[in-house]
Amino acid sequence: MSLDKPYTDVPGTTIFDADMSRQGYHLNQFCMSLMKADNRARFKANERAYLDEWPMSEEQKKAVLARDLNRCIALGGNIYFLAKIGATDGKSFQQMAGSMTGLSEEEYRNMMVGGGRPIEGNRYIGEKK
Amino acid sequence: MARISASVYTSHVPAVGAALDLGKTGEPYWQAVFKGYDFSKQWLKDQKPDVIFLVYNDHANAFSLDIIPTFAIGTAPEFAVADEGWGPRPVPKVIGHPRLAAHIAQSVIQDDFDLTIVNKMDVDHGLTVPLSLMCGQPQAWPCPVIPFAVNVVQYPVPSGRRCYMLGKAIRKAIESYDEPLNVQIWGTGGMSHQLQGPRAGLINKEWDQAFLDRLIAEPEKLAAMPHIDYVREAGSEGIELVMWLIARGAMNDVNGGKPPTVRHRFYHVPASNTAVGHLILENN
Repeated sequence: MSLDKPYTDVPGTTIFDADMSRQGYHLNQFCMSLMKADNRARFKANERAYLDEWPMSEEQKKAVLARDLNRCIALGGNIYFLAKIGATDGKSFQQMAGSMTGLSEEEYRNMMVGGGRPIEGNRYIGEKK
Repeated sequence: MARISASVYTSHVPAVGAALDLGKTGEPYWQAVFKGYDFSKQWLKDQKPDVIFLVYNDHANAFSLDIIPTFAIGTAPEFAVADEGWGPRPVPKVIGHPRLAAHIAQSVIQDDFDLTIVNKMDVDHGLTVPLSLMCGQPQAWPCPVIPFAVNVVQYPVPSGRRCYMLGKAIRKAIESYDEPLNVQIWGTGGMSHQLQGPRAGLINKEWDQAFLDRLIAEPEKLAAMPHIDYVREAGSEGIELVMWLIARGAMNDVNGGKPPTVRHRFYHVPASNTAVGHLILENN
Protein backbone atom coordinates (compact mmCIF):
# COMPACT_ATOMS: atom_id res chain seq x y z
CA MET A 1 0.00 0.00 0.00
CA SER A 2 1.36 3.40 -0.87
CA LEU A 3 1.61 6.12 1.72
CA ASP A 4 -0.70 9.11 1.72
CA LYS A 5 1.20 12.18 0.55
CA PRO A 6 -1.37 14.96 0.16
CA TYR A 7 1.36 17.57 -0.22
CA THR A 8 2.58 16.76 -3.72
CA ASP A 9 0.20 19.26 -5.39
CA VAL A 10 1.50 22.32 -3.53
CA PRO A 11 3.28 24.48 -6.10
CA GLY A 12 6.98 25.27 -5.76
CA THR A 13 7.27 23.16 -2.64
CA THR A 14 9.13 19.96 -1.80
CA ILE A 15 8.20 18.36 1.49
CA PHE A 16 11.17 16.87 3.26
CA ASP A 17 9.68 13.53 4.22
CA ALA A 18 11.30 10.26 5.20
CA ASP A 19 11.78 9.32 1.56
CA MET A 20 13.53 12.59 0.63
CA SER A 21 15.58 12.34 3.82
CA ARG A 22 16.79 8.89 2.80
CA GLN A 23 17.97 10.24 -0.56
CA GLY A 24 19.56 13.30 0.96
CA TYR A 25 21.24 11.77 3.98
CA HIS A 26 24.87 12.26 2.90
CA LEU A 27 24.19 15.62 1.25
CA ASN A 28 22.63 16.92 4.45
CA GLN A 29 25.33 15.42 6.66
CA PHE A 30 27.97 17.12 4.48
CA CYS A 31 26.14 20.41 5.12
CA MET A 32 26.10 19.65 8.83
CA SER A 33 29.89 19.25 8.80
CA LEU A 34 30.17 22.93 7.84
CA MET A 35 29.12 23.88 11.37
CA LYS A 36 32.80 23.44 12.32
CA ALA A 37 35.10 26.33 11.43
CA ASP A 38 37.94 23.98 10.40
CA ASN A 39 35.66 22.19 7.96
CA ARG A 40 34.40 25.46 6.51
CA ALA A 41 38.01 26.48 5.84
CA ARG A 42 38.84 23.14 4.22
CA PHE A 43 35.70 23.28 2.08
CA LYS A 44 36.45 26.81 0.91
CA ALA A 45 40.05 25.92 0.08
CA ASN A 46 38.99 23.10 -2.28
CA GLU A 47 35.26 22.50 -2.58
CA ARG A 48 35.45 19.57 -4.96
CA ALA A 49 38.03 17.72 -2.87
CA TYR A 50 35.98 18.24 0.27
CA LEU A 51 32.81 17.02 -1.43
CA ASP A 52 34.64 13.94 -2.67
CA GLU A 53 35.15 12.89 0.94
CA TRP A 54 31.39 12.29 1.13
CA PRO A 55 29.47 9.40 -0.46
CA MET A 56 27.17 11.83 -2.28
CA SER A 57 25.94 11.39 -5.85
CA GLU A 58 27.69 13.31 -8.61
CA GLU A 59 24.44 15.22 -9.19
CA GLN A 60 24.35 16.29 -5.56
CA LYS A 61 27.97 17.44 -5.67
CA LYS A 62 27.34 19.46 -8.84
CA ALA A 63 24.27 21.08 -7.33
CA VAL A 64 26.30 22.14 -4.29
CA LEU A 65 29.15 23.50 -6.43
CA ALA A 66 26.60 25.50 -8.48
CA ARG A 67 24.84 26.65 -5.27
CA ASP A 68 21.62 25.54 -6.97
CA LEU A 69 19.45 25.17 -3.88
CA ASN A 70 16.34 24.11 -5.79
CA ARG A 71 18.34 21.26 -7.32
CA CYS A 72 19.82 20.37 -3.93
CA ILE A 73 16.29 20.14 -2.52
CA ALA A 74 15.12 17.99 -5.43
CA LEU A 75 17.99 15.64 -4.60
CA GLY A 76 17.04 15.28 -0.95
CA GLY A 77 18.53 18.39 0.63
CA ASN A 78 16.69 20.18 3.40
CA ILE A 79 16.81 23.93 3.70
CA TYR A 80 17.97 23.98 7.32
CA PHE A 81 20.94 21.81 6.41
CA LEU A 82 21.60 23.67 3.14
CA ALA A 83 21.67 26.88 5.16
CA LYS A 84 25.10 25.79 6.43
CA ILE A 85 26.44 26.27 2.88
CA GLY A 86 24.94 29.75 2.83
CA ALA A 87 26.51 30.51 6.21
CA THR A 88 29.86 29.37 4.86
CA ASP A 89 29.38 31.72 1.91
CA GLY A 90 28.37 34.57 4.22
CA LYS A 91 24.78 34.65 2.94
CA SER A 92 21.73 35.47 5.04
CA PHE A 93 18.73 33.18 5.18
CA GLN A 94 16.80 35.74 3.15
CA GLN A 95 19.41 35.71 0.40
CA MET A 96 19.24 31.92 0.31
CA ALA A 97 15.45 31.78 0.23
CA GLY A 98 15.31 34.46 -2.43
CA SER A 99 17.81 32.61 -4.63
CA MET A 100 15.25 29.83 -5.16
CA THR A 101 12.47 32.07 -6.41
CA GLY A 102 13.83 33.51 -9.64
CA LEU A 103 13.71 37.01 -8.15
CA SER A 104 16.71 39.25 -7.59
CA GLU A 105 17.77 39.84 -4.01
CA GLU A 106 16.21 43.30 -4.07
CA GLU A 107 12.99 42.10 -5.69
CA TYR A 108 12.63 39.36 -3.09
CA ARG A 109 13.29 41.73 -0.19
CA ASN A 110 10.75 44.19 -1.60
CA MET A 111 8.19 41.42 -1.99
CA MET A 112 8.60 40.56 1.69
CA VAL A 113 8.37 44.20 2.80
CA GLY A 114 5.23 44.43 0.67
CA GLY A 115 3.59 41.63 2.65
CA GLY A 116 5.19 38.54 1.13
CA ARG A 117 4.14 36.21 -1.65
CA PRO A 118 0.35 36.14 -1.75
CA ILE A 119 -1.51 32.92 -1.05
CA GLU A 120 -3.99 33.49 -3.88
CA GLY A 121 -2.94 31.34 -6.83
CA ASN A 122 -0.32 29.54 -4.76
CA ARG A 123 -2.32 26.83 -3.05
CA TYR A 124 -2.48 24.23 -5.81
CA ILE A 125 -0.41 23.47 -8.89
CA GLY A 126 -2.23 24.97 -11.87
CA GLU A 127 -4.55 27.06 -9.69
CA LYS A 128 -6.01 30.12 -11.42
CA LYS A 129 -5.16 33.40 -9.75
CA MET B 1 2.74 22.33 44.19
CA ALA B 2 4.01 23.86 40.96
CA ARG B 3 1.54 25.60 38.68
CA ILE B 4 1.40 26.98 35.15
CA SER B 5 0.63 30.67 35.41
CA ALA B 6 0.73 31.69 31.75
CA SER B 7 1.60 30.69 28.21
CA VAL B 8 3.55 32.72 25.70
CA TYR B 9 3.54 32.22 21.93
CA THR B 10 6.04 33.76 19.55
CA SER B 11 7.83 33.30 16.26
CA HIS B 12 11.55 32.55 16.55
CA VAL B 13 12.94 34.08 13.33
CA PRO B 14 16.78 33.79 13.24
CA ALA B 15 17.14 37.22 11.62
CA VAL B 16 15.59 38.73 14.76
CA GLY B 17 18.49 37.34 16.75
CA ALA B 18 20.96 38.65 14.19
CA ALA B 19 19.33 42.11 14.28
CA LEU B 20 19.74 42.20 18.07
CA ASP B 21 23.25 40.81 18.08
CA LEU B 22 24.46 43.19 15.34
CA GLY B 23 22.88 46.27 16.93
CA LYS B 24 20.25 46.86 14.22
CA THR B 25 17.30 47.23 16.59
CA GLY B 26 17.09 50.98 15.93
CA GLU B 27 16.40 50.50 12.21
CA PRO B 28 12.75 51.17 11.27
CA TYR B 29 12.51 47.71 9.66
CA TRP B 30 13.34 46.06 13.00
CA GLN B 31 11.67 48.61 15.27
CA ALA B 32 8.38 47.51 13.77
CA VAL B 33 9.10 43.99 15.07
CA PHE B 34 10.59 44.80 18.47
CA LYS B 35 7.89 47.27 19.48
CA GLY B 36 5.50 44.33 19.61
CA TYR B 37 7.54 42.97 22.52
CA ASP B 38 7.88 46.12 24.66
CA PHE B 39 4.85 45.17 26.71
CA SER B 40 6.03 41.56 26.96
CA LYS B 41 9.44 42.42 28.39
CA GLN B 42 7.90 44.39 31.25
CA TRP B 43 5.24 41.73 31.74
CA LEU B 44 7.87 39.00 32.10
CA LYS B 45 9.79 41.09 34.67
CA ASP B 46 6.59 41.55 36.68
CA GLN B 47 5.58 37.90 36.47
CA LYS B 48 8.93 36.57 37.72
CA PRO B 49 8.49 32.96 36.59
CA ASP B 50 10.63 30.38 38.40
CA VAL B 51 10.96 28.16 35.33
CA ILE B 52 10.11 28.48 31.64
CA PHE B 53 9.16 25.28 29.81
CA LEU B 54 10.15 26.29 26.29
CA VAL B 55 8.76 24.36 23.32
CA TYR B 56 10.79 24.94 20.16
CA ASN B 57 12.39 23.09 17.31
CA ASP B 58 15.99 22.47 16.51
CA HIS B 59 17.04 23.52 12.99
CA ALA B 60 19.69 20.94 12.08
CA ASN B 61 21.98 22.05 14.89
CA ALA B 62 21.69 19.78 17.94
CA PHE B 63 20.17 17.00 15.83
CA SER B 64 21.55 16.01 12.44
CA LEU B 65 19.93 13.29 10.33
CA ASP B 66 21.71 10.69 12.47
CA ILE B 67 19.01 10.83 15.15
CA ILE B 68 15.61 12.51 14.73
CA PRO B 69 13.62 12.52 17.97
CA THR B 70 9.99 13.60 17.65
CA PHE B 71 9.82 14.99 21.21
CA ALA B 72 13.02 15.63 23.18
CA ILE B 73 13.20 17.04 26.71
CA GLY B 74 16.42 18.69 27.91
CA THR B 75 17.26 17.42 31.38
CA ALA B 76 20.79 18.90 31.68
CA PRO B 77 21.93 21.51 34.26
CA GLU B 78 22.89 23.82 31.40
CA PHE B 79 22.82 24.12 27.63
CA ALA B 80 25.40 25.85 25.43
CA VAL B 81 24.38 28.19 22.62
CA ALA B 82 24.83 26.45 19.24
CA ASP B 83 27.14 27.62 16.46
CA GLU B 84 24.71 27.38 13.54
CA GLY B 85 27.40 28.26 11.01
CA TRP B 86 27.60 32.00 11.64
CA GLY B 87 29.27 31.54 15.08
CA PRO B 88 27.30 31.15 18.34
CA ARG B 89 24.91 33.98 19.22
CA PRO B 90 26.47 36.24 21.89
CA VAL B 91 23.79 35.42 24.46
CA PRO B 92 23.95 33.80 27.90
CA LYS B 93 24.08 30.04 28.22
CA VAL B 94 20.79 28.48 29.20
CA ILE B 95 20.45 27.16 32.74
CA GLY B 96 18.18 24.13 32.96
CA HIS B 97 16.08 22.67 35.76
CA PRO B 98 17.13 19.00 35.84
CA ARG B 99 14.94 18.02 38.78
CA LEU B 100 11.70 19.36 37.31
CA ALA B 101 12.67 18.16 33.82
CA ALA B 102 13.27 14.63 35.09
CA HIS B 103 9.96 14.74 36.95
CA ILE B 104 8.13 15.83 33.80
CA ALA B 105 9.84 13.13 31.72
CA GLN B 106 8.85 10.43 34.21
CA SER B 107 5.23 11.60 34.37
CA VAL B 108 4.70 12.28 30.66
CA ILE B 109 6.23 8.97 29.53
CA GLN B 110 3.94 7.15 31.95
CA ASP B 111 1.12 9.05 30.25
CA ASP B 112 2.01 7.37 26.93
CA PHE B 113 4.14 10.12 25.35
CA ASP B 114 7.47 8.51 24.54
CA LEU B 115 9.88 11.39 25.03
CA THR B 116 13.56 11.27 24.18
CA ILE B 117 15.63 12.37 27.17
CA VAL B 118 18.58 14.58 26.32
CA ASN B 119 21.34 15.13 28.86
CA LYS B 120 23.67 16.98 26.51
CA MET B 121 22.47 19.38 23.84
CA ASP B 122 23.27 22.78 22.37
CA VAL B 123 20.28 25.07 21.84
CA ASP B 124 19.80 27.07 18.66
CA HIS B 125 17.87 30.21 17.64
CA GLY B 126 14.58 28.37 18.04
CA LEU B 127 15.11 28.64 21.79
CA THR B 128 17.33 31.70 22.18
CA VAL B 129 15.41 34.12 19.92
CA PRO B 130 12.19 33.86 21.99
CA LEU B 131 14.28 34.48 25.12
CA SER B 132 15.87 37.54 23.48
CA LEU B 133 12.49 38.89 22.36
CA MET B 134 11.02 38.49 25.84
CA CYS B 135 14.08 39.43 27.93
CA GLY B 136 16.14 41.79 25.77
CA GLN B 137 19.90 41.47 26.21
CA PRO B 138 20.57 40.54 29.86
CA GLN B 139 23.84 39.17 31.28
CA ALA B 140 21.95 36.05 32.32
CA TRP B 141 18.46 34.75 31.47
CA PRO B 142 16.02 35.56 34.28
CA CYS B 143 15.25 31.96 35.27
CA PRO B 144 15.96 28.32 34.46
CA VAL B 145 14.59 27.02 31.16
CA ILE B 146 13.60 23.48 30.23
CA PRO B 147 14.18 23.05 26.49
CA PHE B 148 11.61 20.87 24.77
CA ALA B 149 12.51 20.18 21.15
CA VAL B 150 9.90 19.00 18.63
CA ASN B 151 10.76 17.58 15.22
CA VAL B 152 9.10 19.81 12.64
CA VAL B 153 11.92 19.50 10.09
CA GLN B 154 11.39 16.00 8.71
CA TYR B 155 7.88 14.87 7.84
CA PRO B 156 5.79 13.51 9.20
CA VAL B 157 5.91 15.84 12.19
CA PRO B 158 3.60 15.21 15.16
CA SER B 159 -0.04 16.11 14.55
CA GLY B 160 -1.68 19.14 16.08
CA ARG B 161 -3.86 16.85 18.14
CA ARG B 162 -0.87 14.92 19.45
CA CYS B 163 0.81 18.19 20.44
CA TYR B 164 -2.32 19.45 22.16
CA MET B 165 -2.72 16.23 24.16
CA LEU B 166 0.96 16.34 25.07
CA GLY B 167 0.43 19.82 26.49
CA LYS B 168 -2.21 18.38 28.79
CA ALA B 169 0.18 15.66 29.96
CA ILE B 170 2.91 18.24 30.60
CA ARG B 171 0.48 20.28 32.66
CA LYS B 172 -0.44 17.24 34.73
CA ALA B 173 3.25 16.55 35.32
CA ILE B 174 4.02 20.12 36.39
CA GLU B 175 1.03 20.24 38.72
CA SER B 176 2.23 17.12 40.52
CA TYR B 177 5.67 18.58 41.26
CA ASP B 178 6.29 19.10 44.97
CA GLU B 179 7.72 22.64 44.98
CA PRO B 180 5.56 25.78 44.69
CA LEU B 181 7.06 26.92 41.38
CA ASN B 182 5.58 29.53 39.05
CA VAL B 183 6.02 27.89 35.64
CA GLN B 184 5.36 29.42 32.25
CA ILE B 185 5.02 27.37 29.08
CA TRP B 186 6.07 28.90 25.78
CA GLY B 187 5.20 27.68 22.31
CA THR B 188 7.39 29.04 19.53
CA GLY B 189 7.84 29.03 15.74
CA GLY B 190 5.67 30.17 12.86
CA MET B 191 3.73 32.03 11.73
CA SER B 192 3.23 31.67 7.97
CA HIS B 193 6.52 31.29 6.14
CA GLN B 194 8.19 29.20 3.50
CA LEU B 195 11.97 29.13 3.17
CA GLN B 196 12.39 26.78 0.24
CA GLY B 197 11.63 26.40 -3.44
CA PRO B 198 9.99 28.77 -5.91
CA ARG B 199 7.14 29.43 -3.46
CA ALA B 200 9.56 30.81 -0.83
CA GLY B 201 8.35 34.03 0.75
CA LEU B 202 4.74 32.91 1.11
CA ILE B 203 2.79 34.83 3.74
CA ASN B 204 -0.89 34.39 4.60
CA LYS B 205 -2.05 37.13 6.97
CA GLU B 206 -5.70 36.15 7.06
CA TRP B 207 -4.87 32.56 7.89
CA ASP B 208 -2.42 33.64 10.60
CA GLN B 209 -4.96 35.95 12.25
CA ALA B 210 -7.57 33.21 12.14
CA PHE B 211 -5.05 30.84 13.73
CA LEU B 212 -4.52 33.31 16.58
CA ASP B 213 -8.29 33.73 17.02
CA ARG B 214 -8.88 30.00 17.11
CA LEU B 215 -5.90 29.30 19.38
CA ILE B 216 -7.52 31.59 21.92
CA ALA B 217 -11.15 30.59 21.48
CA GLU B 218 -11.31 27.00 20.23
CA PRO B 219 -7.94 25.28 20.60
CA GLU B 220 -9.39 21.78 20.58
CA LYS B 221 -10.98 22.30 17.18
CA LEU B 222 -7.84 23.98 15.92
CA ALA B 223 -5.83 20.95 17.04
CA ALA B 224 -7.82 18.80 14.60
CA MET B 225 -6.46 20.71 11.60
CA PRO B 226 -4.41 18.37 9.37
CA HIS B 227 -0.79 19.05 8.37
CA ILE B 228 -1.68 19.71 4.76
CA ASP B 229 -3.66 22.81 5.75
CA TYR B 230 -0.60 24.29 7.44
CA VAL B 231 1.62 23.49 4.46
CA ARG B 232 -0.79 24.73 1.81
CA GLU B 233 -2.01 27.84 3.62
CA ALA B 234 0.94 28.88 5.79
CA GLY B 235 3.94 27.54 3.88
CA SER B 236 6.12 24.48 4.36
CA GLU B 237 7.75 25.99 7.46
CA GLY B 238 4.41 27.25 8.81
CA ILE B 239 4.02 23.71 10.17
CA GLU B 240 6.06 24.92 13.16
CA LEU B 241 2.78 26.27 14.52
CA VAL B 242 1.79 22.81 15.79
CA MET B 243 4.19 23.57 18.65
CA TRP B 244 1.92 26.38 19.87
CA LEU B 245 -0.72 23.73 20.58
CA ILE B 246 1.53 22.08 23.18
CA ALA B 247 1.57 25.29 25.21
CA ARG B 248 -2.14 25.85 24.65
CA GLY B 249 -3.03 22.33 25.82
CA ALA B 250 -1.39 23.07 29.17
CA MET B 251 -3.72 25.97 30.05
CA ASN B 252 -6.46 25.90 32.73
CA ASP B 253 -9.53 26.29 30.51
CA VAL B 254 -8.90 23.14 28.51
CA ASN B 255 -8.30 21.18 31.70
CA GLY B 256 -11.51 22.05 33.54
CA GLY B 257 -10.66 25.63 34.57
CA LYS B 258 -11.54 29.16 33.55
CA PRO B 259 -10.75 30.84 30.21
CA PRO B 260 -7.41 32.67 30.10
CA THR B 261 -6.96 36.42 29.86
CA VAL B 262 -5.46 37.59 26.58
CA ARG B 263 -2.77 39.85 27.99
CA HIS B 264 -1.10 40.75 24.71
CA ARG B 265 -1.45 40.12 20.98
CA PHE B 266 0.84 41.23 18.19
CA TYR B 267 1.23 40.47 14.50
CA HIS B 268 3.62 41.90 11.95
CA VAL B 269 4.89 41.15 8.44
CA PRO B 270 7.76 40.74 7.70
CA ALA B 271 10.78 39.74 9.70
CA SER B 272 13.07 38.52 6.95
CA ASN B 273 11.02 35.70 5.31
CA THR B 274 8.46 35.32 8.05
CA ALA B 275 5.24 36.60 9.60
CA VAL B 276 5.77 37.36 13.29
CA GLY B 277 2.96 36.40 15.66
CA HIS B 278 2.95 36.81 19.42
CA LEU B 279 0.40 36.12 22.13
CA ILE B 280 0.39 36.07 25.92
CA LEU B 281 -2.35 34.15 27.73
CA GLU B 282 -2.63 34.30 31.52
CA ASN B 283 -4.37 31.61 33.51
CA ASN B 284 -7.19 32.68 35.82
